[in-house]
Amino acid sequence: MTGHIQGSAAGGVAASAAVEISDLSKVFNHGKPNEVHALDGIGLSIETGSFVSLIGPSGCGKSTLLRLIGALTAPTDGTVLVNGKSADQARLDRDYGMAFQTSGLFGWRTVTQNIELPLQLMGWNKLDRKNRAAEMLELIKLPEFGDHYPHELSGGMQQRVAIGRALSFQPSLLLMDEPFGALDEMTREHMQTEVLDIWKKTGKTVVFVTHSIPEAVFLSNRVIVMSPRPGRIAADIEIDLGARTFDTRESQRFFELITQVREVLRFDEDSR
Amino acid sequence: MIAKALRSAAPAVLLGAGGLVLWELILLVVNPDGFVLPRPTEILGSLIENFTEILAAAGTTGFIVITGLVGGIALGVVWALLVSQFRIADEMLTPLAVALNAIPIIALAPIFNAWYGLLSPTSNQAIVVLLVFFPVFVNTSKGLTSVGAIELELMHSYAASKWEITKTVRIPNAMPLFFTSLKIASSLAVIGAIVAEYFGGRQDSLGQFIVQNAASSRYTEAWAAVVAASTMGILLYFVSGGFERVATPWRRDVDVVG
Ligand SMILES: Nc1ncnc2c1ncn2[C@@H]1O[C@H](COP(=O)(O)OP(=O)(O)OP(=O)(O)O)[C@@H](O)[C@H]1O
Ligand SMILES: [Mg+2]
Repeated sequence: MTGHIQGSAAGGVAASAAVEISDLSKVFNHGKPNEVHALDGIGLSIETGSFVSLIGPSGCGKSTLLRLIGALTAPTDGTVLVNGKSADQARLDRDYGMAFQTSGLFGWRTVTQNIELPLQLMGWNKLDRKNRAAEMLELIKLPEFGDHYPHELSGGMQQRVAIGRALSFQPSLLLMDEPFGALDEMTREHMQTEVLDIWKKTGKTVVFVTHSIPEAVFLSNRVIVMSPRPGRIAADIEIDLGARTFDTRESQRFFELITQVREVLRFDEDSR
Repeated sequence: MIAKALRSAAPAVLLGAGGLVLWELILLVVNPDGFVLPRPTEILGSLIENFTEILAAAGTTGFIVITGLVGGIALGVVWALLVSQFRIADEMLTPLAVALNAIPIIALAPIFNAWYGLLSPTSNQAIVVLLVFFPVFVNTSKGLTSVGAIELELMHSYAASKWEITKTVRIPNAMPLFFTSLKIASSLAVIGAIVAEYFGGRQDSLGQFIVQNAASSRYTEAWAAVVAASTMGILLYFVSGGFERVATPWRRDVDVVG
């Protein structure tokens, strides 16, 4: 049923591709009784500067795909090119900023020290680190919380710090796996607006995993809908909402796109 | 802050004082000659009477305790670092540590005396080192290895080296457990030193003081030395706590119910 609303993913290698994935497969526990075919024959090209969401039922391989892009796990078959190099080379070149469902902040470091951690590892001097951390605190709207420890922050604030840390060294690619999954609806919408704001300011390429259809539609240029067992791309939907404003969430087009994504997910469910 | 510390210590002090008064009163009634168990006031009297001798003995024992603690902590920490860094070290050194710990270490005291000489403090230090090593090793290596997958993946994404991960993640992560082990180790060190001294070592030690006075039925004097040893254990416990506060500033103001 692929090709339902297939985009241009199958086209030639675009010069400006941040991520170029071809014929990618991932099998866990190969040859054992608990073998899982997590991904099968994935082809995907992500343009530099775009905001792409991965959505699909639980277990369809969204996280696995993100982890393969981020060189946190190795493919069983196929290739992942990031900025024209292997994913692992991109990792060594510090091309990735990552944020997950839990913030992964280090409890023994203050907010500022957490944001400075990647910079410290990259050998930045103290003053540059301090200045960049201050910039990041502005960006994530927590300028007064630099000296707080993570446990003194709310869940949403911790996620913002994690995003600030991921952006601190200006990686070209931001990989996020359900970063707002643990937040309440209000905080979530607020964070979405902030992430879009940050995305516009920094011009990064973002790959974003989510369970929420409205979230995917609101944030992205492009929504990749995945289907499970084995994980495949079921649809590749262009999102033409234009500049997001306060009214976007109530616009006709927003609901049409949500319906479009939902129908792919449902059709996929029915057809198995 | 001092007022707060005093307030939090008050219940313990009250309980201790109440217990001592009770002890004193009961013994006044049932055991006025003080042969089996002396009264607190008698022990205190003996402590004052023999103050210089007990202080000197405490100095000798204290030296054994401190040097043994430092040696045991160093051994435990280095061992834990090796095990957390290298798989081969884990496979070889972890079973060795467990095997070492299975030895009844105190039972080695007479053997060590034969090695190092009956009057040498070295055998006592060796006992303390061995006793202290294991809890420090077990807790520290647990702390060094129990780092979350997300934290490790983040460090991986920063292309951090193994040593950078150890320095910036594993070691801070191990701090709370290390200090827990330090508190256990400091009381073990006092016990180990004194029991080791029962078997040999310098003659002016707390262990020898207890043995000799008990042998000539001077139980009150023996008790006075026990009090000195307990004081040393309590002091060490609080010193460990002080180090902990300095080394783990992020845990100071955690507001937890209970
Ligand atoms: N490390 C692993 N070892 C074995 N199997 C794994 C591993 N990681 C993922 N899988 C399997 O691969 C499949 C895809 O998992 P993945 O985590 O990518 O799903 P997901 O789409 O992110 O799901 P969710 O929405 O619940 O997060 C699942 O069947 C899962 O059990
Ligand atoms: Mg997932």
